[in-house]
Parts: sequence; structure tokens; C-alpha cells
Amino acid sequence: MSLAEAHAGSGFTISKLWTEKRYRSVLFQLIALALLVALVFFIVNNTIANLQALGVSYGFGFLSQPANYDINQRLIEYDSTMTHGRAAIVGLLNTLLVAVSGIILATLLGFTFGVLRLSNNWVVSRLVYVFVEVTRNVPVLLQILLWHGTILNLPTVKNAFSFFSQTFFLSNRGLTVPGPVPEPGFQVVPIVFLAAVIGAIVFTRWAKRVQDETGRVYPVFLINIVGIIGLTVLAFLVTGKPLSWEIAEMGRFNLSGGVTLRPEFIALWLALSFYTAAFIAEVVRAGIQSVSRGQTEAAYSLGLRPGRTTRMVIIPQAMRVIVPPLTSQYLNLTKNSSLAIAIGYMDITATLGGITLNQTGQAMEAVMLLMAVYLSFSLFTSLFMNWYNHRTKLVER
Amino acid sequence: MKKVIGVLAAAASVTVLSVGATAGTLDDIRAKGFLQCGVSTGVPGFGFTDDAGNWQGFDPAVCQAVAAAVFGDSSKVKYTPTTGKTRFEALKSGEIDMLARNTTWTFSRDVDLGLTFVGVNYYDGQGFIGRKSLGISSAKELDGASICIQTGTTTELNLADYFRINGISYEPVPIETNEEARTNYVADRCDVYTTDASGLAATRSTFEDPDAHVIFPEIISKEPLGPLVRQGDDQWADVVRWTLNVMINAEEYGVSSANVDELRGGSDNPEINRMLGSEGNLNEMIGLDKDWAYNIIKQVGNYGEVFERFLGVNTPIGLERGLNALYTDGGLLYAPPMR
Amino acid sequence: MADATYQPGQHPDLPPPPSTTGVVGWVRNNLLSSPLNIFLTVVSGLLVYFVATSVYEWGFANADFSGASRQDCTSGGACWALINVRFGQFIYGFYPEAQRWRVNLAFVGLVVALWPLLFDNVPARKQLLWYAGAYPIIAFVLLLGGFGLESVETAKFGGFLLTMVIGVTGIAVSLPLGIVLALGRRSDMLFIRTICIGFIEFIRGVPLITLLFVASTLLSFFLPPGTTFNLLLRVLIMVTLFSSAYLAEVVRGGLQAIPVGQREAAESLGLGYWRTMYLIILPQALKISIPGIVNSFIGLFKDTTLVAIIGLLDPLGIGRAALADTKWQGLSSEVYVFVAVLFFIFSFGMSRYSLYLEKKLEVGHAS
Repeated sequence: MSLAEAHAGSGFTISKLWTEKRYRSVLFQLIALALLVALVFFIVNNTIANLQALGVSYGFGFLSQPANYDINQRLIEYDSTMTHGRAAIVGLLNTLLVAVSGIILATLLGFTFGVLRLSNNWVVSRLVYVFVEVTRNVPVLLQILLWHGTILNLPTVKNAFSFFSQTFFLSNRGLTVPGPVPEPGFQVVPIVFLAAVIGAIVFTRWAKRVQDETGRVYPVFLINIVGIIGLTVLAFLVTGKPLSWEIAEMGRFNLSGGVTLRPEFIALWLALSFYTAAFIAEVVRAGIQSVSRGQTEAAYSLGLRPGRTTRMVIIPQAMRVIVPPLTSQYLNLTKNSSLAIAIGYMDITATLGGITLNQTGQAMEAVMLLMAVYLSFSLFTSLFMNWYNHRTKLVER
Repeated sequence: MKKVIGVLAAAASVTVLSVGATAGTLDDIRAKGFLQCGVSTGVPGFGFTDDAGNWQGFDPAVCQAVAAAVFGDSSKVKYTPTTGKTRFEALKSGEIDMLARNTTWTFSRDVDLGLTFVGVNYYDGQGFIGRKSLGISSAKELDGASICIQTGTTTELNLADYFRINGISYEPVPIETNEEARTNYVADRCDVYTTDASGLAATRSTFEDPDAHVIFPEIISKEPLGPLVRQGDDQWADVVRWTLNVMINAEEYGVSSANVDELRGGSDNPEINRMLGSEGNLNEMIGLDKDWAYNIIKQVGNYGEVFERFLGVNTPIGLERGLNALYTDGGLLYAPPMR
Repeated sequence: MADATYQPGQHPDLPPPPSTTGVVGWVRNNLLSSPLNIFLTVVSGLLVYFVATSVYEWGFANADFSGASRQDCTSGGACWALINVRFGQFIYGFYPEAQRWRVNLAFVGLVVALWPLLFDNVPARKQLLWYAGAYPIIAFVLLLGGFGLESVETAKFGGFLLTMVIGVTGIAVSLPLGIVLALGRRSDMLFIRTICIGFIEFIRGVPLITLLFVASTLLSFFLPPGTTFNLLLRVLIMVTLFSSAYLAEVVRGGLQAIPVGQREAAESLGLGYWRTMYLIILPQALKISIPGIVNSFIGLFKDTTLVAIIGLLDPLGIGRAALADTKWQGLSSEVYVFVAVLFFIFSFGMSRYSLYLEKKLEVGHAS
């Protein structure tokens, strides 16, 4: 310290700019700043000059102009008279839909494969190994195309497979299931469900505090599940089952009514889920193997039963290893969903970055917006990760 | 650090060098010795690579004709495959000198995108193809049907408009390429496939049983397809425009690759003489060699020859001339006179 | 014999029960140890049988391997004739046929250059490393021409050649860039660190396809008017930036694993920042990052298929172009399966190598 202070005390000379670390770092950063500013200036300048030379208009005004194209899968109301901005939101919701359903399925599959990979059944563990290696090592774009091709080989809609006494239909135009039609009074059910979930969270916290203070352990998981499901079902019955099902019927061209999962959605969903599941399986395997055998032995010697050992000793430690790579896999899945464009699933890359870009010619604005959307996904994931890392950090000296 | 500076200096010098060369597209092309032409990534008949890897088709033929006019050698073309998304940016940025890729001439593309359409080499319109077994004969009966469309084109806009006007609903199945669309249609993912009528005929010809499919009578749009160049270089636009006109005029005057050698020496038709350079000085006006039109016809052929080679009834595509016949035969092809 | 008596501790070891050793024991332990296990074994056995037979029938037994068009495929299975006829295109793109030996030579040269980089016990490793350093120049000249070789433009590159050019250039250029970014991210200088974090997180936050859109549509806008840039070069720039951000994170992981004492020791010996990094920190950090680097390369290698979306003709793009030929329409399964197998062979090989490295490094670090 005293040495640094002595240096700081002496006066500044030009030669210190490169002989002394503190000043050198300032100089270095100033140079970097200057270069960056110059680069930004260079790019902006050129862009303006290019746009002017071509006489191309610039701005986000196109978002409020009519889109004039239709989108087959829309989670909110949309038709071709609505704006490009609205079309982009429809696409964004489709991206989120496939990302969320992909994440759920990939997690389920990934954890299953990860555990099966460690199974002592030779055939099973080899099979999972082969599956994981094949899936991981083939580009996901090809897998999307292959899944899509497979679904196209299903029977045509007129010869669709039907299940459960003609209520579910599977054809190369997708999977059609009965659509729920809420009747008056149904609003109560989701409200009760939400209330039950909140109640469960409160109960879990309370039980944890009691456990920390007194050592008494409640079967929290069981009580929560029974509470949530029981209360919701009860509310459903009390209000007089206010929900009917609309079953699809064959029209002239297509099944009408019900809810249809389109082939493009199914192909993208399955391809992304299996591809990501293969990576998650490896993450899970590494996570489980990272918890040393000694932990189990120590837990046993403290008198914990095997189930509780797994739940309270192994899983929390494995999760600390699993969660960070797991979230980055989730993010990858979301980013990979942009490949939807190859099979015509109308996600945000296909609406905003595809048709809108083509029809309006506003490539710069469209691509920039598109990047901003994906960046915000990644930002949210990073925020979550920081929060999680902070929460589960090992408390060290 | 030295390295970084070195790289920057090198990059800067490259930039400076390339900025210097913006005299005029024609001069640039002469200087670099070849024509850079944007084509599609694959549309049967209109642009595809043969087994040897050479670009062939109705659209590349326009590029070859321009190369023949400029260099006297139709092989001095380099092709850049472009997608529906990249084609205009490639042209605007100067990556390609011209675009010959079944592109529809529309107001906004011509005016707003900073491009210039030089003419029409194929008059097309959007139609529908469906299975005969559907038992319908008109597109108006398609209420509730699934329709395959190629995205990134004007077809999806036309389709949305048409169905809105007629108040019928449909499920659009957007698809990136013609080949994918065909696969989807054959698998019965969609009831009908809509694209330019030329594409429908081409696609139908590849089905195992073409007679099981019917092209509906409705043509719901005007699709004048043609080559285009960047806005702002009129000399270059003229070269491409008149290359196309020479091909059309040659057919009208009866000049083909077979008899052009004979007619080159002079004939009793002054139009032909002016075109082939034995009379007048049209070539000087446009700034090309005396033999420019001769080279186009000799090396590439007149419009009719090119049409028959890639699209006509003797090809797997099997298209009739229809609107693309000369005006003298009841079609729309009408090139301004060579004088 | 059964009732023979022995002194305590003198009883000879009995052989293990026959049911726990050999094939029988192995089967009992690994396949049939519980009802659930038996069930799983049977189900997965059936699955394997079903998949294997249908793949065999479609891909081999009922397949056609030669022919000039789709009509020549009559057996009902796969029609590999397309792959057969266009195999050259799948590998070399539109590279002139007379010049293809240069590509082959470049491939062989690549293998020779990688050999000393990938393995330790290589004869004349030092000389070979020099050669590996010079390889990019050799490959550049071989592929593009010069020094008496006929010049071939990049528009003719395609197929697997294109994949290799993008993959190898991407990784080779992005590695130094990634190291610099990783050092920058861990720098004490606030501004440098901010730039590096911003760049890395931006690139990692967006899908590669949007960066390729930038390459194909926007990059020319950022350059002075009239400048034109080869599409392959633009794609290479974006791919390199993309991969450098990922490599930076891999290298950062390696840097973080080096105890701070190493740096303190180096500084106390009087080494400056660059010499500390170059002589002490990076050699250790890079060594433990190698498996991660190889994994990044596998990812990059697979991601090169995305260039097909913007119109470059990698094996997938070549396949799709072939499908536009009326002779071959409708054979998409064959094309996709062939390309998938092609990529699988290379990616799987690399992932095996990465595993081998991990094992090797683990031995080195065992306490």
C-alpha cells in the first residue's frame, strides 16, 4: 500500500502514461473508447449515406401499416387487415408457445434420459447412450426437417387415426383434440386454483421455518399436491361442472372445431425438445455424478432414510451443478426456435423477420427489432441465473 | 497492438480501393470481366443447377444474354443464388449487377425499394391446383380449406386479399421453397397449392399422376415477372432492357440462332439489319459492340427458342405460350421497335 | 468334503456362485435384476429390433443405389441414386472438376495439420506444428488459386467443402479473438471490461440466424457506399464473431480455474501483465479449456447448416437445390438422412476426441 501511495503522491509526467500501470490503463481505455466511437461513427455514417443514396425510407412506421397477410396459428385475434406490429406480436406469442412447451418436454425427457443413462440395466443405458449421441451430433435444423417429413407421412386427414371414441384425431394435418368451452361460472375454478397455489407456497414457507426451528418435518409435497388438486376439483364440482368439450368434426376439407396442434408446431416442438433433452440428459448425469458417495454415506450415518437422503442431501447439491447449464440449454432452445422458418411455423422470425421484412423492405429495422426481442429473453434468463446463483451460493469463509 | 494496426490499415486500404470503382455498372462489369447475376435457389424450368453444377433455365438465360451483349461471350456470368429474403438487398448493396429471379414487378418494389424493373420476360398470374377428387371446380368453393403458399412472395398477399374479398376462410400453410410446397401438397398436408400459374404447371408435371390434379380457372393476380437492376444507372438499365427486347424482337422478325449467321450479312428487312448491325449505329448509342445483338441470338437464342428450351410443351414443364406469345399471335409480348 | 474342518482363517476361498459370474451372472445383474428391469429390457429390445429392421429395409434392402433419375428407382425403398449422381456436388459444391484434387489435397493437409495439434505423441511434432501454423496460407492458396494455380472464386465453393471452410476458419480465427475477449472480460479496466461483456452477451443472446440475416442483408449498409463484399466473407465474419463470443466464455472458465496465487507469484517475480498471461496463466487455462473448445467447434460445425437458409450451398443447400431439379423431386428424406449421417460422423468423431481429452486431462490433475 505504502508503495502505491508514494507513487500516487509524486507528480504526473507524460512518460508515466506508459511506464506506470494506473495511467497506462487510463490511456489504454481512452484509446479503446476512441476506437469504439470511431467505429460507431463509421457505421452510422455509412448507413445513413447508403440509405440516402438508395432513397430508402427509414423508420418504424411500417409497424402500424396493414400487414395484408394471414397467419395460421394465432393465440390472439388477428386477420390480414391488422398491422405488421400486431403480426409481430402474434409471432412472438408463437415463439413463446413453442419455447415454453419445448422447455417443459425437454426437461421431462432430459431428466428421464439422464437417470436412465445411469441405470444398471445394460440395454437401457446403452440405448439411451446411442440416442443421446445421435441426437446431439446431428444439426438441429436437419432434425426439424426430418420430424416434419415424418409427420407428413402420417395418414391424410380423411383417414386420420382417431382415439378415445372419435374425439382425438391424428393426421398429417396435426393432432386435433377436443377444445374446452367454459360456461358461466367457470371463472371460479382458475381463481380457486391460484388461491390454492398461493396457499401451498405460504404453507411450504411455514413448514420450512418450523423445520428449521424445531426439526419437525411435514410431508409438504404430499399436502400441497392434495391441496391444490383437491381444492380445484372441489371448486369445479361445486360450481356444477361448468365446462363442456367441443369435439372436432370432419368438414368438407378439414376437421372443424376442437383444438389442433399443427404439424409445423409438432415437428418444431419435438425436434427442439429431443435435441435439447439430449444435452439436458448429459447435464443431469454430470450433476448426479458430481455428488460424492460420501454425502450419501454421511446422511445415512446421521440416520436419514434413503428417500429423505435423496431429497434433502443429493438433489439440492446436484441441482447446484445442474441448474446453470440447464438454464443455458433453455435459452438455446428458445434461440433455436428461430429455425421455425425452415418449415413454416409462424414464429417471430417468420413474421417480423420473414414476411414483414420481405413485404416492407425495412430489413434494418426488422432485424434490429428481432435481435432486441431475443436479447430480452437472454437478459431475463441471466437475471434469473444471477438470482439463483446468489441464492444457492455455498457459504464460504 | 502492431498487428491490430496492421490489420486495420489493410482493411482501410481495401475499403479505399473498392470505393474508387463506382463509375458506372457497365464499366465496372467490363473491368471485372464478368456479370454477377442473382438467380433463385431453384425453381423448375426457371432456374436450377444441372447434374454438372451449371445454372440453367429461363432466368439464367437472361443473364447469359446480357453477358453475350456485353462481352460477346454468354459464359462470362457468375451466379449468386438468392432467396426471397436476400434478393433485393443483394441487388441494392451492389453484390449482384442484375437480378433475374422470377420477381414480380410491383409499384412499391419499383418505387420504394430503390430498384428498376427493365421489362417483363414472363407474364404470370397466381392460380390454384387441387385434387380432382375434391370435386370442386372453382377457388370460390375453398371455404375452410388448407392452402399451401410460398412465403416471401406476393402470392400470400394476393391470397389474403382474394379470400377477404370473397368472404371465405382458409388455413394458410406457409412454405419456404417450391420443392417443400410440392412435398406438402403431395402428402395432402394442404388441399390446394397456390403459386404462379407457371409454377403450378411445372409442379403438376412432376406428379406421378398429373391427370388426378386440376388447375382451377381463377387467376387471382397479375404477376409480370422480369429482370431488375439498381435504380439510378440508366445506361445499365438500358443494356439489360434492350437485351430482353432484342430476344423478343428477334422472334418477331424470325431471327433465330439457326439463321442469324445468314442474316447477319444483310437482309431485305431494315429492322433486322439495324438490330444485327449491318445498318445504322444502334450499338454506338447503347455503348456496346457492333455484334451485341448477333451474340445474344447466336449464343442464347431468341425469346421463343429459350422458352421452348426450358419451359415449352416439349419439356417436363410443358407450358403453353399463352400470354407469353408474341402480340402477333394473340399474346402480350410487344417489344419497342429497333430504330 | 463338505464337512471337512479347517483351522480358523485357513478355509480356502470358495468360487463365487456360478449364477453371479460369466455371461449368466452378467445377464442377471444387468438385464434381469428386477421385474421393472425385465420389462425395460424387453421393451428396449423390441424397440431396437423394430428400428433396426425398418432402417435396414428402407436404407439398404429395398434401396436403389444407381440411376439417372427418380424413375430409375423402382424398389420402393430409399433412392440413393440422387446422392450417387450428385456426390461430387455434395462434397465440393461447384468447384471445377479438373481442380478438385486441390480440395482433396487441402483436406489431407488439414488432417496432417491437425494431427500434432490434437495428439501429443507425434513424431517430429515441432516441425509439424510449424506446418500447422502455415496451413491457413497453404489452404488459402490451394483453394482460391495463385502461384500458378488457376483461380477459383468462392461462389463455386459449396457442399462439405463450404462447411469445412466456414467451420475451420471460424474456429481458427475466433480462438485468438475469444482469448482476447476473455482476458478483456476479466480485466481490471472498467471500460474494456464493459465493452467485452456487452459484446459477448449481445452475441450470445441472439440466434445465429439473425446474425446471418445481418450478413446477408445489412452488412453492406455498414460499409462505405459502393463497397462490395463477398457473401462468403460476410458470413465468415459473422460466424467468427459468433463463435468468438462462445469461445470467450469457455476460455474464461479456464482462466477462473487458475488459482490467483499463480498470478501473484508471477507478478512477484516481476513479470508484467502480458508476460504473466502468456507464460503462466494462458498455458494452464487453455489446457483445461480444450474440451470446451472442441465442444464449441462441434456446435459451430453443426450450425454451419444454417447458411442454407440465406442461400449458401452447404450440403443441405446443395440437397435442396438438387430437389428443385424435376428429375429428382420428392426425395427429401434421402437428402436429409444423407446430410444428417455426414454431419453425425464428423461431430461424433470430434465428441469422442473431446472425451478422450477430458480423460487425459483428468489423469493429469488427479491428486
